Amino acid sequence: MIEVRGLTKRYRSTLAVDDLTFQVRPGVVTGFLGPNGAGKSTTMRMVLDLDRPDAGEVRIDGRRYRDHARPMRTVGALLDAKWVHPNRSARRHLQWMAAATGLPATRADEVLELVGLSAVAGKRAGTFSLGMAQRLGIAGALLGDPPVLMFDEPVNGLDPEGIRWIRTLMQGLAAEGRTVFVSSHLLSEMALTATELVVIGRGRLISHGPTAAFVEGASGSSVLVRSPAIADLVPAVQAAGFGVTPDPSGGARVTGATTEQVGELAAAAGIVLHELTQVRGSLEEAFMQITGSDVEFTAGGTHPTEVRS
Amino acid sequence: MSAVAAERVKLMSTRSPWWTSAVAVVIVIGMTAIVVATWDPADGPAPFAVSGYFATFGMVVVMVMAAVAVTSEYRFGTIRTTFQAVPDRTAALLAKAAVVVPVAGVVGLVAGFGAWGVAWLISPTSMSLSTDAEWRVVAGTALVWAVGAVIALAVGILVRQTAGAVTLLLVWVLLIENLIGLIPRVGADIQGWLPFVNATNFLTGGGGDAGGPPSMSAMAFGPWGSLVWFAGIAVVLMAIALAVANRRDA
Repeated sequence: MIEVRGLTKRYRSTLAVDDLTFQVRPGVVTGFLGPNGAGKSTTMRMVLDLDRPDAGEVRIDGRRYRDHARPMRTVGALLDAKWVHPNRSARRHLQWMAAATGLPATRADEVLELVGLSAVAGKRAGTFSLGMAQRLGIAGALLGDPPVLMFDEPVNGLDPEGIRWIRTLMQGLAAEGRTVFVSSHLLSEMALTATELVVIGRGRLISHGPTAAFVEGASGSSVLVRSPAIADLVPAVQAAGFGVTPDPSGGARVTGATTEQVGELAAAAGIVLHELTQVRGSLEEAFMQITGSDVEFTAGGTHPTEVRS
Repeated sequence: MSAVAAERVKLMSTRSPWWTSAVAVVIVIGMTAIVVATWDPADGPAPFAVSGYFATFGMVVVMVMAAVAVTSEYRFGTIRTTFQAVPDRTAALLAKAAVVVPVAGVVGLVAGFGAWGVAWLISPTSMSLSTDAEWRVVAGTALVWAVGAVIALAVGILVRQTAGAVTLLLVWVLLIENLIGLIPRVGADIQGWLPFVNATNFLTGGGGDAGGPPSMSAMAFGPWGSLVWFAGIAVVLMAIALAVANRRDA
């Protein structure tokens, strides 16, 4: 359980995190969603006591990070897979971490086995591909067998197989009853991975709740209807108080209605239907609609670099 | 204690600390051997002080090793992992000092006795180790290098970048403290208070044939007072570095 209360962080004139309050509960994967520069990494660093908040606090299983005697046994985190000395072997990297949190050196080999890096345990971490570095980082997070896990953009730059592996791993960890908090700016990825969503933009909380509700509530699901008598159906639907917009397919999109309602209206008017489909808005649409001016998306799919200390 | 164990694994698991330590020892022993071996017999036997001539240069190399032990952690981000494991940053950084400082001392001990040893092999008559001043030249290297490592760690914590920290240390130890002596009237008096001048005064000051260089006529302390002053400056610098590390974002 991670509890964030009134968390605020200012870098000179920029308010990176603005009075953020939310809880991350155990047993499910909670996504931490927001565009680059929204304050996700800064928040995660404050959870780990790496950055000092200007206001507010974070409690993990009821205690501040620094008040845990062996914090790596409570919180395992992967904030940046590049945080390794390139000339140190993967095994030695995990061994010093194990020593630092009072675990035997043999634990390093156990977690290397777990992430499938046993074969390259003696190789220098600097020679690792991004996918291998990511696995090494995850091995570090799992080292202390912690009940709380936190990953910052873990699938960034990974190939599809790597993405699947991490998704399955995170869901498995949550199923074991752990708290799993994972950030991403990839909305589609979060839709597949996270059960709960904490959405932020420009350092402020935008929404917090089940992923499905976020998509549904935000995008307002619509019904796609096609009919040879579409010209007769549209007035009937409008008369019932629903909005209608033309669809490129030649049919119509009815907003705010269910398939049942549209179907009954068509039946009452004796109109033949060729298609009647519930259309879910994409997470992207939902995000854009809810966040409105709170995001700093730039055109062309390029994102501003994340603010770092 | 687990933090110290972690720092031991860290220091031993990359090659550069081994190399820098070896270079420090080789410079000191090698240069001493060359100077004693090539000493002009017309000037009499090589004086005992020769075995301490190169201690400062070896110390600079060990200080680079100590500074890099910190700055490489900032460079590669592992300092954050360190603070994740040990959120008490004072404890985490002192654990690093608890490993690096004794290593610097042991390397200094090897260099000090090694330099004297080769000098004795080449010129046994002038290299007998007996007086307090002679023991300070040989064994004192260990103490001076250990204190130098504390200063280098503090500078590494404050500066955080390898190039910056190393440049600052080199310029400070090899240039600034010597150049200040060139300032007319006040230069020598100021020099008497500078930390590395005091380190040299501890090693070579206090009379006998191991007397300090002439520029140190205005020393504020005797040899042991100089060591205490040098160590005191190191402790103050480390205290400042720890305070800063605790305040800022990692």
